Amino acid sequence: MKTKSADAELGSLLDWVEGMRKRVREIAREWEGREGNLIMILHAIQNEFGYVPRGVANELAREMGISMARIYEVITFYHYFRLTPPGSHTVQVCMGTACYLKGAEKLHGELERQLKLMEASGVRKGEFHVENVRCIGCCGMAPAVVMDGDTHGRLCPDAVKDILKRKRGK
Amino acid sequence: MAGKRLTAVDLETYWAQPPPMRPWVRVGMDTGGIAAGARHVYQALLEEQEEARAQIDIQQTGSLGLSYADPIVVTGDASGRTMMFGAMDPESARALIRDHVQDGHLLEDRVIASRDRGCELNGQQQVAILVKDTSAGKDEDRTGFFQELIREELAVHELDGRIKVYRAMDMGLYQKGVCVQLLPSRVTYAHVTGPDIRRIIDESLRGGRVLDDLLQAGGDPQERIVLRHCGRIDPDQLESYLHAGGYRGLKRALLEMTPEEVIEDMKTSGLRGRGGAGFPTWLKWQLTREPKADRKIVICNADEGDPGAFMDRSILEGDPHAVLEGLMISAYAIGADKGFFYIRAEYPLAVERVQRAIDEARATGLLGRDILGSGFSFDAEVRLGAGAFVCGEETALIASIEGRRGSPEPRPPYPSIKGLWGYPTSINNVETLAAVSVILDRGGAWYAGFGTEQSRGTKVFAVTGKVRNPQLVEVPMGIPIRTVIEDICGGADRGARIKAVQTGGPSGGVIPGTKMDTPVTYESLQELGSIMGSGGMLVMDESDSMVDVAKFYLGFCVDESCGKCAPCRIGGFQMLKLLERIHGGKGKAEDLTTIRDICHCMQTASLCGLGQTAPNPVLSTLKYFEEEYLDLMEAGQNAPDPKVRAGR
Repeated sequence: MKTKSADAELGSLLDWVEGMRKRVREIAREWEGREGNLIMILHAIQNEFGYVPRGVANELAREMGISMARIYEVITFYHYFRLTPPGSHTVQVCMGTACYLKGAEKLHGELERQLKLMEASGVRKGEFHVENVRCIGCCGMAPAVVMDGDTHGRLCPDAVKDILKRKRGK
Repeated sequence: MAGKRLTAVDLETYWAQPPPMRPWVRVGMDTGGIAAGARHVYQALLEEQEEARAQIDIQQTGSLGLSYADPIVVTGDASGRTMMFGAMDPESARALIRDHVQDGHLLEDRVIASRDRGCELNGQQQVAILVKDTSAGKDEDRTGFFQELIREELAVHELDGRIKVYRAMDMGLYQKGVCVQLLPSRVTYAHVTGPDIRRIIDESLRGGRVLDDLLQAGGDPQERIVLRHCGRIDPDQLESYLHAGGYRGLKRALLEMTPEEVIEDMKTSGLRGRGGAGFPTWLKWQLTREPKADRKIVICNADEGDPGAFMDRSILEGDPHAVLEGLMISAYAIGADKGFFYIRAEYPLAVERVQRAIDEARATGLLGRDILGSGFSFDAEVRLGAGAFVCGEETALIASIEGRRGSPEPRPPYPSIKGLWGYPTSINNVETLAAVSVILDRGGAWYAGFGTEQSRGTKVFAVTGKVRNPQLVEVPMGIPIRTVIEDICGGADRGARIKAVQTGGPSGGVIPGTKMDTPVTYESLQELGSIMGSGGMLVMDESDSMVDVAKFYLGFCVDESCGKCAPCRIGGFQMLKLLERIHGGKGKAEDLTTIRDICHCMQTASLCGLGQTAPNPVLSTLKYFEEEYLDLMEAGQNAPDPKVRAGR
């Protein structure tokens, strides 16, 4: 019984690796022969996996015939690329100047506080990933927060709780 | 229209043919509008149209610029009359179709009054009156009272059935008392008092005479040149751009002018780079044209990294073809066959619309071989930024497109000699290129008619922060900052006093409230210790601490420093530590001297623009608000909060 489930687990893992390899190959092929393609390929990979997992980077290095250092020097230079998996929900607090002046730091503080409270009441740690981001260009609605791609503008700290709750409800 | 190769004759046909004149409704669907709910409004409009079986064209369009009023809907009828509605929601969108488009009624508290005000009544029957108390905060708003007053007076003359009274959302006038606009004439009265109501109704509405003592004449100080199509065309339809006269500049350049003549026309226009530094565009093209090379490249810099700026995003989302057209013209002038759009990955909608514009241009032969039969071949593609402010710098941007870390290189050689993959490369900002396409259409001399001697044309600003109506404005150069902030955007939010206006983002400086009459030109802003920059204009009021602002901007630059050169990497970091110490109330007497020394070192010895300009916010706050630093140092942790000091 035990071996069977371990086999199944190993099988699905191997399937994942196989699928990942195929996808990396496809992405690399799509950009093959085009100069300066590495950043565009990394964008495609992050879109696919949500971040750039080490194993995928390794596979990409092999596929493109370049060193891991070449890939990591780029990933670590640019803010946009992630090395760790995102949470199930991503909350991005805009730290553009307009948002900053209108209290983005307070919003961030309140988000962290509310998440702590939610974690205390049983919400899995890491379900929400809160991060500060560069100006999202919605300065007219400052302060703004992007939650899973939806922008919420003109927020006061009191509104934070409701938004988080609604997201959980979905 | 995909698949059909367009010829010069086809283009002529598009330009000559007016679009079908059915009533139309347009929804501003840029990132800002969508974030405010424009997609729901658009959906509701479509549903209501279906239900009412109304013969209306419902269109998506780019940003109208009035961020404070998003989502915005504009309506128009066959007679060319337009009306703008703000803060729309699905409910009011349905009402708009039912009551306004079909029955001619307006919506309460939704109309954004036209700034194109009328001066004559011409015996025309007026059908609606807009009212708005433009001075008040929320608690002392007299709008409702005046609405009642007008209604009562109308009833006396039995006009209440024919003339409707609405509260306007925005009058385009500020601190001018109660304002009243008559429609459709757009005759506008300001500083209206109770007794004036009787006169307005008796003399203007019944007698047809304009009351000169109340009349608010004068229009909008803005000139929409770069933003000419934003909010007017569907950015996803090449056809829509062509109907608006699109690609006329390209056709003129390719078929009627030599590359030298194009550069000459740009010289006449006086256009300078709108990315911030203000380098003459024609000269950049000339310098890239001169060297002999196998190939040359043009790049559109759309890496709008300035926090608090969204001009480029709005242009790309509202009028992508205009930028593509500008890029093609620059390529023709220089002799380039390949172009890149380097766009921030944080702007997915802009990326999508530019990609679509490129695809459609390619499908119709506007990109590719032998464009319009001119023998000129050119293609363009999109490359994404990945969140590095330094990549706005030319050499770092080139490194990034090449797929490397975005570290700047020493210049010279300038990109015009040795750029992308070693080929001569011209890099122009989005706003610059959007201006190029209209300059080639209407001629350099026409464009040079706007602005001042040294700073020609117009500039787009994103006015945000503690301002009443955050929005995108486009004004002729030379206009005072005060006009932009107070007349167009309504001054400080909640009637507060403006302490400073920040221009140029992390590379710029603050302009104190006392210097608000400074004209907006490259030179005058530089004299004050700031820069024009890409066009962010942040309004700060008395509750904002200038030390905190300096710390914010410097923190940004420290975070974004690529780390290649020591003055920027170490200087910025050390200076930030000092600022944090001062802000925390633990500053030492000698800190300001040290800060000034570090600033000087960074300005003179940094490798690229990021490091050289990073001290600007610190130096300019020190220049105009040194007492805030001193207060913090003297009083230590007991330093008064700026909010308290404001009341002093």
